[in-house]
Amino acid sequence: MAASDNQGRRETAAPAIELKGISKAFGPVEANKDISLSVAKGTIHGIVGENGAGKSTLMSILYGFYKADKGEIIVNGTPTQIPDSQAAIAAGIGMVHQHFKLVDNFTVLENVILGAEEGGLLKPSLAKARKHLVELAREYELEVNPDALIEDLSVGHQQRVEILKALYRHADILILDEPTGVLTPSEADHLFRILENLRDQGKTIILITHKLREIMSATDTVSVMRRGQMTATRKTADTSPAELAELMVGRKVLLRVDKTPAKPGKTILEVRDLKVRDDAGVERLKGVSFDVRAGEILGIAGVAGNGQSDLLQVLGGITVATGTIRVNGDAIDLTGRHSDGQSRRARGIAHVPEDRQHLGLIMDFFAWENICFGYHHDPKYQKNRLAMDNAAILADTIGKMERFDIRPPNPHLPAHSFSGGNQQKIVLAREIERNPDLLLVGQPTRGVDIGAIEFIHQRIVELRDAGKAILLVSVELDEILSLTDRVAVMFDGRIQGERITAETNERELGLMMAGMNAEVA
Amino acid sequence: MSFMKAVLGTVSAIALSATAALADPAIIYDLGGKFDKSFNEAAFNGAERWAKETGGTYRDIELSSEAQREQALRRFAEGGFNPIVVTGFAFASALETVAADYPDTKFAIIDMVVGNDNVRSVVFTEHEGSYLVGVAAAKASKSGTVGFIGGMDIPLIRKFACGYVQGVKATNAGATVIQNMTGTTPSAWNDPVKGAELTKAQIGQGADVVYAAAGGTGVGVLQTAADEGVLSIGVDSNQNYLHPGSVLTSMIKRVDVAVFNAFSAGADLETGFHVLGTANGGIDYALDENNAAIFTDEIKAAVDAAKAGIIDGSIQVHDYMSDNSCPVM
Amino acid sequence: METMPRWADVILVPLINLVLAFSVAGLVVLAIGQNPLDAIYFMIKGSLGSTRGIGYTLYYATNYIFTGLAVAVAFHARLFNIGGEGQAAVSGIGAAVVMLAFDWPHWALALPFAIIGAGLFGAAWAFIPAWLQAKRGSHIVITTIMFNFIGAALLGYLLNGLLKSPHTQNAETVNFPEGAHLPTAHEVLAPLGIAFNKSAPANISFLLAIACAVLVWYLLWRTRLGYQIRAFGKSEAAAKYAGINAVRITIVTMLISGALAGMLSINVVVGEQERLIKEFVEGAGFVGIAVALMGRSHPFGIVLAALLFGMLTQGGFELLFEMPAISREMVLVIQALIILFTGALNYMVHDPVERLFLRRRKRKA
Repeated sequence: MAASDNQGRRETAAPAIELKGISKAFGPVEANKDISLSVAKGTIHGIVGENGAGKSTLMSILYGFYKADKGEIIVNGTPTQIPDSQAAIAAGIGMVHQHFKLVDNFTVLENVILGAEEGGLLKPSLAKARKHLVELAREYELEVNPDALIEDLSVGHQQRVEILKALYRHADILILDEPTGVLTPSEADHLFRILENLRDQGKTIILITHKLREIMSATDTVSVMRRGQMTATRKTADTSPAELAELMVGRKVLLRVDKTPAKPGKTILEVRDLKVRDDAGVERLKGVSFDVRAGEILGIAGVAGNGQSDLLQVLGGITVATGTIRVNGDAIDLTGRHSDGQSRRARGIAHVPEDRQHLGLIMDFFAWENICFGYHHDPKYQKNRLAMDNAAILADTIGKMERFDIRPPNPHLPAHSFSGGNQQKIVLAREIERNPDLLLVGQPTRGVDIGAIEFIHQRIVELRDAGKAILLVSVELDEILSLTDRVAVMFDGRIQGERITAETNERELGLMMAGMNAEVA
Repeated sequence: MSFMKAVLGTVSAIALSATAALADPAIIYDLGGKFDKSFNEAAFNGAERWAKETGGTYRDIELSSEAQREQALRRFAEGGFNPIVVTGFAFASALETVAADYPDTKFAIIDMVVGNDNVRSVVFTEHEGSYLVGVAAAKASKSGTVGFIGGMDIPLIRKFACGYVQGVKATNAGATVIQNMTGTTPSAWNDPVKGAELTKAQIGQGADVVYAAAGGTGVGVLQTAADEGVLSIGVDSNQNYLHPGSVLTSMIKRVDVAVFNAFSAGADLETGFHVLGTANGGIDYALDENNAAIFTDEIKAAVDAAKAGIIDGSIQVHDYMSDNSCPVM
Repeated sequence: METMPRWADVILVPLINLVLAFSVAGLVVLAIGQNPLDAIYFMIKGSLGSTRGIGYTLYYATNYIFTGLAVAVAFHARLFNIGGEGQAAVSGIGAAVVMLAFDWPHWALALPFAIIGAGLFGAAWAFIPAWLQAKRGSHIVITTIMFNFIGAALLGYLLNGLLKSPHTQNAETVNFPEGAHLPTAHEVLAPLGIAFNKSAPANISFLLAIACAVLVWYLLWRTRLGYQIRAFGKSEAAAKYAGINAVRITIVTMLISGALAGMLSINVVVGEQERLIKEFVEGAGFVGIAVALMGRSHPFGIVLAALLFGMLTQGGFELLFEMPAISREMVLVIQALIILFTGALNYMVHDPVERLFLRRRKRKA
């Protein structure tokens, strides 16, 4: 730490990071085009952009995963070559990845020194690291038990270990890639307090995110990327979410969902005392009960892994459960021959799964093959008893691509050739156009760009307005708050509480997501 | 330099073809391959001896598929090779078909009888040879228990076993003979690992001389016997050299003689049924420097007496294949 | 996701593989002092230079088409059926039982029943591993390998007992009825005025193989069942989401696969040997894996790959006659090298070629 302080005093004028004319292409795709960026020392700098805008590529170049085709990297005023992550660390750059790179069955201490051991014996490095770790923790409010196993820690604490790892390696510049995706709102708040702390101690932070709210509240300056180019850099105080969104998408974007109040009708879905055990015998749902009525959107909020996925899977016929589920008043089979996806579809349930790449689509199948996926028994797709009517499926696909603005509108492209948003539109087109009584939607806008989010939200609201019941699972509180009519918060396999969306707020939901009873808190 | 030569030789070598210049003889080995240290190798040795002694040339081929039996026979017949020798009974049905199509070509088949006019069928009196080594085994055994390991369980191998047991019992009526067959499929001819396991099992039951009539499987039998310090008896070729001092003797089936004779006869090969036995040197036991130390004079005297008895007819060894039964088993 | 043109993937890459394979095999031939050009010449002449050569090539190719299709169908459901060898062996029992059950007056009468018999037995032998995988989670690679051994043993047992011909020492059945003799290529082509070698074993089973290839194509890319098989193979999780029954698809796919492997005995047992012998499959079940790999699991590719492997088998044997210095084992090495390059090392060539294409495209752009 002493060394970096000295350096800081010597070269206060130079920016911590300066990029000049960085370009990087993958085949014909130009991921980064002539990017220049300057991040002042001791600031939090945000980088926003849609998926595929080139944020991750740029950071990977900075951290030595990729080599830029052209351009210069200047760290603290010194032109620096960063051929690999070792060089990045040597230059004082640390990275906290979106998916943590920790060894689950190692302790915090062991993970921190992993790859930075000194000498052949572990003991001396461990002892040295322990001392160092305690100092760091005190300095930056990064308290973690050094002897805890990673697998026993919450995600928020795991993230702190990642930050500690970087600091232990004397990082002065810290890159965080979508750090709040897995955190509860209060964990996220704590993270931002840590980041502010680090900044105040002279560290430089680069924060990559697609959440405009975080940019507005946490950063000092912000750069916007679009299609591989840096389109603008602003002082955060001088900009607004609307302007940033417009810069990201390239046109005006509606950030609020335009919808009228719900007109709920009869109860479509009735769930009572639903229980699920996973393969390991762990109870994932511990008696869940709720209703969804026609013409309303019920949101299920919660931090990922609190049973929402299991709930969707049971409703979609993917996993078995005990308890009762009624659709239109009739109980559905939860364990037997009719507990599969086909039977659910026959009962008017359509399902847009959380993980479209693994469940909702066959990535190697063409768009047209994906359009009949799950409905491949539908009479309108059959030519005769054995063969499918490929021409009919193709014609149907072309129609759906047009109506859902799926681009490129080529039914003969495999699903993996489409962007995340267009993949999601393929699934939505397939499920929504079935005109189901009940639509299950999981994370409809995960990995989807802002332009497509708007479109997807509109379609979901239209289906509601057509008098259908919609169950929406999302970890994005913004999405829950703007799209749903009622919201149920799940925590640890139970419904922690239910609210009318218009009558609640982020704080209340956040507390419930953390397992606290809102009334008491 | 052979690299360069080969390159420079290029396509000129194509003039070399599979047609025989002056009705050379040819031989087709069975699926086991020519270096099986047993049956096929003996045939190979006979062909080599003929080539060396007469300065003649011959062609041979190894098979890798059933369909190739007929293919190889036709290929040689069309090429003008004469006579064509095949080793093993598995060639019977292919030979029957092909021999009929090439009446001017002479064929010889070893270990099997095929009825065509232009085929010589060579069979051996293996029961006599097995009787001889049975006598030797009984004499050499200290435990009074000897073993027999056959290849594939077919009448021919039971014929070996039956002759062997007769020889053992004639020498030591109280002796025990443990018998095992390696398997019921052709792979039993080439499974030295299984051979080794069976040998260990037999040694465990007290056997101190083990006779292997199992083709390539026998390699494992002899090896294990040598490792475990007991005696073994080889088959078909003289296998004494494999483990000097451990292989008591070998029951020699002069397949090489059969091939040599057929090759020597050339296109004038006499067809029909040919028996090679003790009397005409087709069947014998092996005595050389490798087993001289363990093949004692006492054993030799007993075996030679038995051999003389067989030749003069005073000892009648029952042939299992004559009635598919064995009086002593 | 950028890729190279389809023609490059389907034709250019296999061609480069083949050239590489022959080059390395050529080095091996050189190393033993023989001329590699001669070796290639004799292999091609031996397999395609005469109607006899073609007849044997087609005969082997027929086997490889059947086993290649069997592997490919299973592979589309991401089931690695290593059991073609055993399924074919057991199918021979079915074919033999049918052929020996009646004194068939004509092959046209016998063939449909022989196909059913062979298919049923082959399918039955695939059913058990399929059921074990679907219901009990026993890995199909392991169980099908095991069932190869059990199948061989079962065949051996029956051929040494119940089905054994009393006339021979060999483990084989008596000959099938003369009337049920399948027309060979010679017999089919002679009336058309085309002279074809009489002894070559190619028979009308080749047409059956082509028909099977077309049927497999139709099954996989036109039928609902094929759609479900492919979906299941691409993503088991997604298939579950779509309500595709994993147990049913696993079992049905393996039944089809086993039946296809079983068709081999129509060619070998009914068509060529006209009796059931012990080791009639001779590794064709395993060659089918390489054929399916090289043919990209597409029936058309499989037919081409099977023809190539048929040429290798036949040409390799001819090489033994023409170049006595090359031993049977050396031929095996050459064949194995070609399998290695065309099958296992496919991506060694695929990726650099793809990069080349992308770079060129970028320069143009």
